Amino acid sequence: MSEPILHPLNLMPRIHLGDGVNSAVDWLTTHWAPFFNGIGDGLNSVVEHLTNVLMNAPIVLIVIVLAAIALISRGIGTAVAAAVGLLLIDSFDEWGSAMQTLALIVVAAVIAIVLAIPIGIVAAKSHVGSLVIRPVLDFMQTLPAYVYLLPALFFFGLGAAAGVVATIIFALPPGVRLTELGIRQVDVEMVEAGQSFGATPSKVLFGVQIPLAMPTIMAGVNQVIMLALSMVVIGGMVGAPGLGQDVTSALTTLNIGQGAEAGVSVVFIAIYLDRVTAGIGRGEPSPITKAIRFFQRQRASATATATAG
Amino acid sequence: MPAIQAHHLYKVFGKKAREGVALLEAGQSREAVTRIGATPAVIDASFSVEEGEIFVVMGLSGSGKSTLIRMINGLHPPTSGHVEIYGENLTEASPRNLRRIRRERISMVFQHFALFPHRSVLDNAAYGLETQGVGKAERRERAHEALELCGLTGWDNHKPDELSGGMRQRVGLARALAADTDILLMDEAFSALDPLIRRDMQDQLIELQHKLGKTILFITHDLNEAMRLGDRIAMMRNGEIVQIGTAEEILTDPANDYVAQFVADVDRTRVLTAGSIMEPPVAVLGGEQGPRAAHKLMREQQQHGLYVVGRDRKLLGYVTEDDVSTNLAHPDLTGLMQQITTTVSASTPVAELFTPSAETTLPLPVIDDEQRLLGVIPTVTLLSALGTRAEVAIDDAAPAQKETTHV
Repeated sequence: MSEPILHPLNLMPRIHLGDGVNSAVDWLTTHWAPFFNGIGDGLNSVVEHLTNVLMNAPIVLIVIVLAAIALISRGIGTAVAAAVGLLLIDSFDEWGSAMQTLALIVVAAVIAIVLAIPIGIVAAKSHVGSLVIRPVLDFMQTLPAYVYLLPALFFFGLGAAAGVVATIIFALPPGVRLTELGIRQVDVEMVEAGQSFGATPSKVLFGVQIPLAMPTIMAGVNQVIMLALSMVVIGGMVGAPGLGQDVTSALTTLNIGQGAEAGVSVVFIAIYLDRVTAGIGRGEPSPITKAIRFFQRQRASATATATAG
Repeated sequence: MPAIQAHHLYKVFGKKAREGVALLEAGQSREAVTRIGATPAVIDASFSVEEGEIFVVMGLSGSGKSTLIRMINGLHPPTSGHVEIYGENLTEASPRNLRRIRRERISMVFQHFALFPHRSVLDNAAYGLETQGVGKAERRERAHEALELCGLTGWDNHKPDELSGGMRQRVGLARALAADTDILLMDEAFSALDPLIRRDMQDQLIELQHKLGKTILFITHDLNEAMRLGDRIAMMRNGEIVQIGTAEEILTDPANDYVAQFVADVDRTRVLTAGSIMEPPVAVLGGEQGPRAAHKLMREQQQHGLYVVGRDRKLLGYVTEDDVSTNLAHPDLTGLMQQITTTVSASTPVAELFTPSAETTLPLPVIDDEQRLLGVIPTVTLLSALGTRAEVAIDDAAPAQKETTHV
């Protein structure tokens, strides 16, 4: 390749990062094909199974289950709103796509969380770990999504797997960051209390630090899920099925109406997932726990007055 | 064998910590260490705490006392020097051994209680037993007993955030006591409590100490607290222990100006005891002597009354000038002696001497457990014991003010 001088004022010699990335991607796709195929097949089959379950179940059953989850984590208002929103999705004729999207999110978010929390713990525990992990997270969060969407396509082919992998990369960082933050924020005296009574490091971690960091960790989980949802839509471009594909095809055919229906469905799912996971993360007792405690207290005071009388 | 021995402990923070210690050991000042970018927190601290003793480390914030207590159970490894717990070197112990020593020997009570909010009060108190591997039923029972001992019943199944500050620290204390270790480290344990509750907790700690005989290392910035609790007190300043002694030694014989200024504001009447201010009993008569000898002695000593003691120095009674001068012909003192109703012991604080002193016209008799007369406290002596305080306060009033403002 010849080297035309495009800009006489260039200070630095041209470094061919792009060529390097190209050859690296080539090398990986040829030499590591079985590895990537294995992962891709695995992800595809998990997503497929979950999608089948969600799509074959009666709509009413799924609405009831999701509303019940909302009831436990938030309360009756959220449960009703959830049921209405889900039924609206069905009335937009987007139910199937919504379930495909839900399956993708669940798989991607679960994997992201399972990876993020241990990485966050390492970052919190080790200064070196934190120094190494932080720039990698910056990279993952700020690199435009399309830049790694295409390599994902090369490695995993068109379909759900590429979407899931791209989603994990995009959604992982806040999970790691907030886990690290949560553990670092735990009061030093609490950790010292554990240590001073002779607890092992793992007992301090699991018995003191993680329980106390839980609200922050759950805020991270919430962020992971929300980012996963936004990325799953972009994943529609690499053939990830669901609402994302509907949005993409609506855009390419300039079908604004279909785009709106798919888009509003995404918003409903997003709000549902946010409220439910934020409810779990608030660290407040759920309405059901509150009710149980209320009745326990009633009974306790009843027996107290009975014995007093 | 002492329960705790600290041997030349140094803690210097910063990358050049070791060089900092070398400088300090060579006799350089704190400033020389600060100049190389290290921060000395504890400088050459050595002391030993005997079994069953309450040893108080007293210093203002930034004096290094919190760092010092954390070196005793290895939460902070010393930069130099070592700690022995019942003769076992804790500083060089392996992590596994360190945990064993902590489980078996040392518990800690924290300034801000450090209770686990996700555990019930009972499970908090049982934490030490849990790390010791005690079974669930037994540890719950023992934790419950410890909570009762600390005056906290009926809260077992509540969460710590439902409790008031004083109650929370009772849980903290119960957690340390339930672990049943020999040594209790208390890091400003009562500093976060209201003054009245603090007094209450101090009294309770003293009571528990009498009952359980723990070895207690207590950290505080409150001199009155130190004087109330401490069998011995180590005064810390800028990372150095400047004096170790009993409350009275520190009060009556301060090692330097800093300590003198510091103790200037102490309520001496609570610290000084009858034993430390009493005078030798000169106006005393042997029980076998007669009224004439008594009368002679009274005139020599210019006293209007005399204490009468037996051969074993036991206090028998007293005679007044009126009684003997009208009965000079009596062969002995029987019938002339009056009963003594007001006595004090050597450990009675000066604050509690005023009422008895007002009740008797004679100098207050100080007696021991076997009724033997140890000394007497004339009213003049009692008053001058208070006077010493004013002298010190006037001498160093200005700098003392400066030192105590950031307490």
